[in-house]
Amino acid sequence: MSRNLVLGGLLTSVFVIAALLSFVWTPDSVEAMNIANRLKPPGAGNLLGTDHFGRDILSMLMVGARTSIAVALVAVGIGMGLGVPLGLAAAARRGGMLDEVIMRMNDLIFAFPSLVIAILITAVFGPSATNAIIAIGIFNIPVFARITRGAALSLWKREFIMAAQVAGKTRTRISAEHILPNVANLLIVQGTIQFSLGILAEAGLSYVGLGAQPPIPSWGRMLAEAQTMVSLAPHVALIPGLTIVAMVLGLNLLGDGLRDALDPRLKVARA
Amino acid sequence: MLGYIVKRLVSLAISLIVASVVIFVVIEVAPGDPASFMLGLNAQPDTVAALRAELGLDQSKVERYLSWVGGMLTGDFGMSYTYRTPVAQMIADRMWVSLPLALYALTLSTFIAFPAGIFAAARRGGPGDLTVTGATQLGVAVPNFWFAMMLVLIFAINLRWFSAGGFPGWDDSFWGGIKALTLPAIALALPQAAILTRVMRSSLLDILGEDFMRTARAKGLTARQALWRHGLRNALIPVLTIIGLQFAFLLAGAIIIEQVFFLPGLGRLIFQAITQRDLIVVESVVMLLVFAVIMVNFLVDLAYAAVDPRLRTRT
Repeated sequence: MSRNLVLGGLLTSVFVIAALLSFVWTPDSVEAMNIANRLKPPGAGNLLGTDHFGRDILSMLMVGARTSIAVALVAVGIGMGLGVPLGLAAAARRGGMLDEVIMRMNDLIFAFPSLVIAILITAVFGPSATNAIIAIGIFNIPVFARITRGAALSLWKREFIMAAQVAGKTRTRISAEHILPNVANLLIVQGTIQFSLGILAEAGLSYVGLGAQPPIPSWGRMLAEAQTMVSLAPHVALIPGLTIVAMVLGLNLLGDGLRDALDPRLKVARA
Repeated sequence: MLGYIVKRLVSLAISLIVASVVIFVVIEVAPGDPASFMLGLNAQPDTVAALRAELGLDQSKVERYLSWVGGMLTGDFGMSYTYRTPVAQMIADRMWVSLPLALYALTLSTFIAFPAGIFAAARRGGPGDLTVTGATQLGVAVPNFWFAMMLVLIFAINLRWFSAGGFPGWDDSFWGGIKALTLPAIALALPQAAILTRVMRSSLLDILGEDFMRTARAKGLTARQALWRHGLRNALIPVLTIIGLQFAFLLAGAIIIEQVFFLPGLGRLIFQAITQRDLIVVESVVMLLVFAVIMVNFLVDLAYAAVDPRLRTRT
């Protein structure tokens, strides 16, 4: 196991466990306000300090992790769920009408950065965590479609696929039974990367008020609220920011580690 | 080459048309009638009807789409529902903040990434390479708006080198404008520089393994000479693609950074428009951003084909 894999796996699990733990236990309530206790620096009592309402920052980060992970996870699910079948279908009929339509649609979605999609959706339906998920999810579709198609195209030229064709299997069955398992590793690695991008996107969207709405705690909004307080109590901005960095860094390291572990050829080539 | 350009032009036109239809339809399904929203709850029905006629809301959807697109082609983006001023004028004013900001950030990111990428690739596997690669890992993990807040904390609040936000405009002095955009540009540039450094490094490493690089060494060039004369030029192609893509993302990414620094750019315009349900402004700004992305991709494709003839035959 590589160092990246261990370090990334550890960092990621810390956040996932903290998020899960927050369902049953947090050090303090995330709703109880205690103005007398506001903007306390990290220390005994409140391990990571308190915010401008006197809420415990550690508890809010734990519940916020739930929001971040849920949004990013569902967004990756949408991207994979739609992108992978589209990519497989495009590769199965390379150069055909379907391939052309799917790839052009992909290019088009690519022209809408997730922030722009979020702005459009928000303008129409109002801001919410669900709309943030949809915006990030839509943006993920072409990413997965492209990577699936690329990998599938090279597989379609291989002997074992030809053998399956000669055996009389349909293109759909070959895609599902032979192509998909062979691109799975690639998808897992890309999934980790998109997951970390999703965490960043969710933070950005909630920062500008287009993501999760109060009272649902979210990392991005904690930073937005911290902005006016930053000169009085730097820790209210510093700690949530470092949390995001650690989570994204963990996922990226995990992705790198998985790529090396799942595809030994790359490791040899890089060394 | 000409055939390729024509083909790309056709697909460019189709992309723009489809994108505009998508944006128009999405805004169209938005609940609420702009005219009643502008006039408030107590408006007389005939007043609302008159305003609807004035805004052109009484026309059919197809007519309105065509007049929207036709207007944009001639530089007429319609009237803002809230401010009753031409949208084109509002966008033009804000462009003077957003566009220089994106260009400034792009310049910074390129100036950081080129030396860093070359430095790392030339010292592959050594401590210098590991430091740069580690820094890029960190760079892509930092949310740019948080980095922006930290820059404000250090350079505006503590050191007082820059102001914490706002924009004095270009009329007073050019350097005043540049100064106001410096922290935002650094914040925007950092994650992009990290990505670009990685691309630069891996692209150079790919080239260093090529046969012609060995030939260059064999004919007596030092590693450094071979890198500068033959490696760099060939490694630039993928790097230029990424720079092109980054410009589009910087323009969109500037929307969030503008919020941190209270800059009166396109981002502020679009968020104001959302809260005031000034949908025609949202519609036009979004179309403009998407247009920029599609256009940049098109130009990058052309530049690519000009450099590498093999790509012209690809569909």
